[in-house]
Amino acid sequence: MMLSRKNKERMFFWLFRGCAAAVVAFLTIIIMFVIVNGAGTITWDFLTQNPMPNDTGALVSGGILSPIIGTLMLMGLVLAIAIPIGVFGAVFLVEYCGSYKWSRYMWMTVNNLAGVPSIVWALLGVGVFVYYLAFGLSLISAAITLSLMILPIVMVSTKEALEAIPSSIYDASIGLGATKWQTILHHILPYSASGIITGIILSLSRAGGETAPLLLTGVALNATIPLSIFDQFQALPYYIYMMTSASDRANAYPMAYGAALVLIILMMIMNLAAATLRSRYREKYKW
Amino acid sequence: MDTKIYKRENRARRYAEGGITGILGACGILSVLILALVFIFLITNSIPFFQSVGLVNFFTGTQWDPFASEAMWGVLPLLTGTILVSFVGAIIAIPIGLGCTIYLSELADSKVKKILKPAIEILAGVPSVIYGLFAALVLSNWIMEIFDPSYRLNALNGAIILAIMMIPIQVSVSEEAMNAVPRNLREASYAMGATRWETIKSVIIPAALPGIIASIALAIGRAVGETMAVLMATGNASQFSFDILTSVRTMTAALAIDVPEAAIGSLQYQGLFAVGLLLFIITFVINLIADMVLSKYQETYK
Repeated sequence: MMLSRKNKERMFFWLFRGCAAAVVAFLTIIIMFVIVNGAGTITWDFLTQNPMPNDTGALVSGGILSPIIGTLMLMGLVLAIAIPIGVFGAVFLVEYCGSYKWSRYMWMTVNNLAGVPSIVWALLGVGVFVYYLAFGLSLISAAITLSLMILPIVMVSTKEALEAIPSSIYDASIGLGATKWQTILHHILPYSASGIITGIILSLSRAGGETAPLLLTGVALNATIPLSIFDQFQALPYYIYMMTSASDRANAYPMAYGAALVLIILMMIMNLAAATLRSRYREKYKW
Repeated sequence: MDTKIYKRENRARRYAEGGITGILGACGILSVLILALVFIFLITNSIPFFQSVGLVNFFTGTQWDPFASEAMWGVLPLLTGTILVSFVGAIIAIPIGLGCTIYLSELADSKVKKILKPAIEILAGVPSVIYGLFAALVLSNWIMEIFDPSYRLNALNGAIILAIMMIPIQVSVSEEAMNAVPRNLREASYAMGATRWETIKSVIIPAALPGIIASIALAIGRAVGETMAVLMATGNASQFSFDILTSVRTMTAALAIDVPEAAIGSLQYQGLFAVGLLLFIITFVINLIADMVLSKYQETYK
């Protein structure tokens, strides 16, 4: 049967609508499953108690206080390590790195770093930070490993924010006698700040949800809230992984869903903050 | 102004400039050094392994069992595990992703876009452990009911969840490429009497093809390097098989499971670094191809 051109178009367009609907459906189904199964678990005790062993000794009772605190501490350390290096590095590569050819190679390297699998970063973390520098399996080893992992993401998003500033602003400031750094500090950085911060929030949420590097660099199921950066720690995504693979399924699965819901809410808040910041920025500065 | 004060200020400013340039430069160069560091580090740690086990054993052995009394060092089961899961995932993801991209860039009105685009962004931002949770606890049961495989956690389970994770990357990159196709190409096609679908098929998709290819490469690169979702979904039995309904162990999963068990400096430890090196090279090549195709494409339509 030959379809007319009109009908052919109609058929294909419905196919494409179907694909788009499928993508939305995937998201809805996954989120709904976590919400429906996890909502019942979340109580005040669940959020304020550390994981506790039940009668048989399996760590499937109690709550998720130490995983939440562990993840927040991890994100705080990543913020302190990766953000200054990433932002300043990107400022250099965009504003100072003279030749076009060099900066192109540099950015190609950065793009490639962004594609290095997280488990390879974990290997680097084990070899360099855990053993060679003898930080041991610890919060700081994990934090530096995660920092290296998100560094390229911070740099690329900072670059995009900087390049969105029209060059007329730069030229005007230089024309009035400001030095390059004065121009960057007083004009380029403030105008691109919300773009940069958006990138930072998204990178942090990425670091907070990452699991594989933690497995190798210092997360432990029986760890409590770390007192120093050289202690082992618990983390929310790791807790979810352990509860999903626990043998005591009846008790562990509700905990996994509850922790997953908390993690999703945390990520949603960060993503929402980033989106709000971006749209506000777009209204404020229209070049 | 007193010229003396002016001169002193000027000098201070110049020093400050120099200092700042130095600090920023150090940060910039650091990032590039890191890539070199990763590569050199992986190589130096795996050289002793290749010397004692041999490249041939590593690449042709069909068993991976580093902790057995007679250790087996064949990377093939891990490699086929990775290839099986990510390519079946890609086969599922590519048509859906392409359809979704075409809808998003050519058909959707701005109201629908306002919902669809954030949805895709959220899908890309969901932590992989959540996908793993869904695959292990929900998707695996559905697959059990439909296909009745002998393993509850199998390669198909991993492939489907990877497909869901690949789609947002593919869509966001290829949508940009399709939007970048110049307006006059479209209008010329309409003027020749082509319908919208014919224009999409014979003008827009060919013009945006490099971007679409790059998006697919990036998505596959992500799938090859994904750890948690496949670790939780595929069951992790290391076996040399192309059966989609059997349990497989990928390279990433082998690293995540075995590295914490291996003593530092032991042959196991070095062997796992060799696997890491292979994984790094594979993803590096895939990303490099995507990057080169994309930058060439961007130059064409500047």
